[in-house]
Amino acid sequence: MNQLNRRDFIKLGGAGVAAGVASMTPTSALATPESYNPGATTLPYPQTAVAKAQSLPQNKVVHFNYPDESSPCVVIRMGHPVPGGVGPNMDIVAYSTLCTHMGCPVSYDPASRDFKCPCHFSVFDSEKMGQMVTGQATENLPKIRLEYDTSSDSVTAVGVDGLIFGRQANIL
Amino acid sequence: MSHNKDRVPLPPAGAQKTNMTCHFCIVGCGYHVYKWPHGAEGGRAPNENALGRDFRSQQPPLSGTMTPAMVNVVEDGGKKYNIMIQPDRECVVNQGLTSTRGGQMATIMYNADGVTRDRLKYPRLFTGDDWVDVSWDEAMAVYAGVTKRMLDTFGPDSIMFNAFDHGGAGGGFENTWGSGKLMFSALKTRMVRIHNRPAYNSECHATRDMGIGELNNSYEDSELADTIIFIGANAYETQTNYFLAHALPNLTGASLNKKKQWFKEETVDNGRFILVDPRRSLTTAICETNARDRVLHLQINPGTDTALFNGLLTYVVDKGWHDQDFIAQHTTGFDEALKANHMSLKECSWITGVSVEDLEKAADWAYKPKQSGHHPRTAHLYEKGIIWGNDNYRIQSALVDLVLATHNVGRRGTGVCRLGGHQEGYARPPYPGKRPVYIDQEIIKGNGKMLTVWACNAFQSTLNAQEYRQTLYRRANIVRDALAQVRGRGVDSMVDAIFDAVTNRGGLFITTIDLYPTKFAQASHLMLPAAHPGEMNLTSMNGERRMRLSEKFMDPPGTAKPDCLIAAEIANSIKALYEKEGNKTMAQRFSGFDWKTEEDSFNDGFRNPEGIDSQGGATGHLVTYDRLRQQGNNGVQLPVREYRDNRLIGTEMVYTDYKFSTADGKAHFLPAEWTGLPEMVESQRKKYRFWINNGRTNHIWQTAYHDQRVDFRTRRYPMAPIELNPADAKELGIESGDVVEVFNDFGSTFAMAYLEPDMKPDHTFMMFGYFNGNVGDVVTSWTDRNYIPYYKGTWADIRKVSSMQDYKETVSFKRRRYI
Repeated sequence: MNQLNRRDFIKLGGAGVAAGVASMTPTSALATPESYNPGATTLPYPQTAVAKAQSLPQNKVVHFNYPDESSPCVVIRMGHPVPGGVGPNMDIVAYSTLCTHMGCPVSYDPASRDFKCPCHFSVFDSEKMGQMVTGQATENLPKIRLEYDTSSDSVTAVGVDGLIFGRQANIL
Repeated sequence: MSHNKDRVPLPPAGAQKTNMTCHFCIVGCGYHVYKWPHGAEGGRAPNENALGRDFRSQQPPLSGTMTPAMVNVVEDGGKKYNIMIQPDRECVVNQGLTSTRGGQMATIMYNADGVTRDRLKYPRLFTGDDWVDVSWDEAMAVYAGVTKRMLDTFGPDSIMFNAFDHGGAGGGFENTWGSGKLMFSALKTRMVRIHNRPAYNSECHATRDMGIGELNNSYEDSELADTIIFIGANAYETQTNYFLAHALPNLTGASLNKKKQWFKEETVDNGRFILVDPRRSLTTAICETNARDRVLHLQINPGTDTALFNGLLTYVVDKGWHDQDFIAQHTTGFDEALKANHMSLKECSWITGVSVEDLEKAADWAYKPKQSGHHPRTAHLYEKGIIWGNDNYRIQSALVDLVLATHNVGRRGTGVCRLGGHQEGYARPPYPGKRPVYIDQEIIKGNGKMLTVWACNAFQSTLNAQEYRQTLYRRANIVRDALAQVRGRGVDSMVDAIFDAVTNRGGLFITTIDLYPTKFAQASHLMLPAAHPGEMNLTSMNGERRMRLSEKFMDPPGTAKPDCLIAAEIANSIKALYEKEGNKTMAQRFSGFDWKTEEDSFNDGFRNPEGIDSQGGATGHLVTYDRLRQQGNNGVQLPVREYRDNRLIGTEMVYTDYKFSTADGKAHFLPAEWTGLPEMVESQRKKYRFWINNGRTNHIWQTAYHDQRVDFRTRRYPMAPIELNPADAKELGIESGDVVEVFNDFGSTFAMAYLEPDMKPDHTFMMFGYFNGNVGDVVTSWTDRNYIPYYKGTWADIRKVSSMQDYKETVSFKRRRYI
């Protein structure tokens, strides 16, 4: 992967990523379903601390749950900038680990840096926004939107791009 | 709904629920369409939604699937509705599974704000330099006016068609009948080619000549076979849920108990798979991942299938593993075929590139009598590696010879079947010609006066496509120039101008009938808007002859119509012209199209089978829409045997009585001597370095007519990918994501380089039929004796054109193998 410029990051990762690099949101300010705004067009995603960027091992998954305890996710520090990546090296990404096809848990293959589903053999690219490489899903792997706070080195989950398997909406 | 696609509307309890067979690949998975008024939504509690599922908590894996691609907003009767299209867990075909193609059926239904918003809504007429919407009356005045002039002046050979002949989308029994009755009974033209080949012919001519229809078993037989031989087939990508629900369980042992119950006297074990394919496909990779020691990949040299089958036949007979009683009682021509096909394993190995050890292993697995003494049950399942292979007729003959010698037809767990592309749905009057005509070459030679392109797009799906396309543009432009001269002078002047251009200046008047303004339509003069499943009631049958009714649940956009009713519109318009001039004889030829609905066409054709060619056979009259609706997504397997106890009773396996489809009822061996590559193909092979193998990927259906509008698909493949060996690519300075040019004596095309270590040196694999990069441009014009192309027989050179940074940054080039 070549070094990406800012234009590419906005194109690939969406405005949320670019904003995430620039703005720091306190991780304690959790939104809850109770605070749901009927005028909103976005779901009330919580802001959940995921990890300290410097503590993340390279090319290994760290498990966490988001946006609630029943939704398994992983965060990976790829070691080089990737589309949608955050952190000091723009290399940290996170995904739901439930295959969008039928919900089987996908496993991360550090050699090929992709996610593989053992049930129906869908494969998703961790370095290309969860793009389905091959398989039977109709959606890419849901990508957890992350924000990075340079002062605290904190990586925070703030939303999800894509519908998590087994839900009518990402917020239960 | 949210633009984030992080939620979907739920169908409320009581939402309308209708049946839908997936209209893409041949497997025909069963789905349900839920439809409810826009604005209403179901709740998350199981009693609050029509799915009966509890969305108040996280649903477990394999509990079903529900994605943003499965919902849409459509219009029907002037009102808006939500729809959700969900796989049917009770359907025996897919058992609740959904493929990446079927899973997006809701997405591609027409929505004025949706991805398919550029559907044709009204007829469009080219007025010399621009397209305008017109009424059906005006469109028919031009089309029928030109057609009648051609028929009266030059006869039916001047009227050509490129037409579908299948089921599913762009097909179905209703529409093959309607279009067929127009072409063959009314117009009586023989100048017709089929959607993916340049003549009106069968892809399975040889097996039919030998007395064996190409769809003779059930998907369940893949659960029962001792061994399955997949030949030139990539079932995971192209017959996905057949593979996942029926074939793979045999390999992994999940169907072993069923085998024990069915075949109590026989030795049974987990299945073994033999895959014949020069490429290590995704299917091969998945099979090896699941049971490496029970998978044998025969990686033959390109085009050497006939030699493989002949070598195996010779070896099997030498070993005495053939079924002499079956051969004696139910076949003819064995000795002649055995003599013609004779080939030692050593020679077979030299030609195919497969070791003698692997050839012997394949014969052991597939044909050596089992420990219990029974002949093994081996299913031989093939697709485009044979159909688009080196001499279709010859390969099929060689394969079926081997199958007949080993009695692998008519017994459960066996069968010699194509796996298929589209669904089927053929009901037409007999083709009026004695032999097929190579229509593309006729066009190139300047013959024909008008061409109607019906639910297909040969610009992306024919051989020698570059010359074909260039000729069509040249001839079409003659007509376009003529139309520009008569702007504002009315329909009669347009008809006169077209007639003059095609009569005196070599022009060709082109009409496309389709869902979209296709690439082919860019060269045409008239577009007629068609409908597809969901917008009409439509019947088809799948690869195990399972017939279902896909029910209409919404209106087509604008004034679009089902193809059968377009055929009726054309026939009735021409009929009126003949009536106007008092020509009763010709008016009579165009009668019999008084159809109000697609069911009228169904009743006229499929249910009235005497004297026509119908996949429903003689008992088609037993099938009605109501009866099919009652049988839901499980339908009935054709031919129907009887209607009893309010059920249509079908046929799971054909030829269990050993009465084959020949005059004498016996299966006929056919000699199939190995003769090497055709001279035209061999000349390209000698001249150019790379073998340009080509075929499908699971992401893209047919010509990508829907998929090119779906971001999920085009982000994956902005251009047709071509898999390259990494060392070859390095030598040429090519990286994944580069645009390369592929060129030979027949033309050139472009593709997106995709490096794949499993590709042999000098071998490539390019996606077929794409809208951006068309492999047909470099396919030779060679065909077999019945004008079946050898798409796979393509050799060319490759050079880097440019480096596409955008492709490299946005497209995944991870391996398309499940390693």
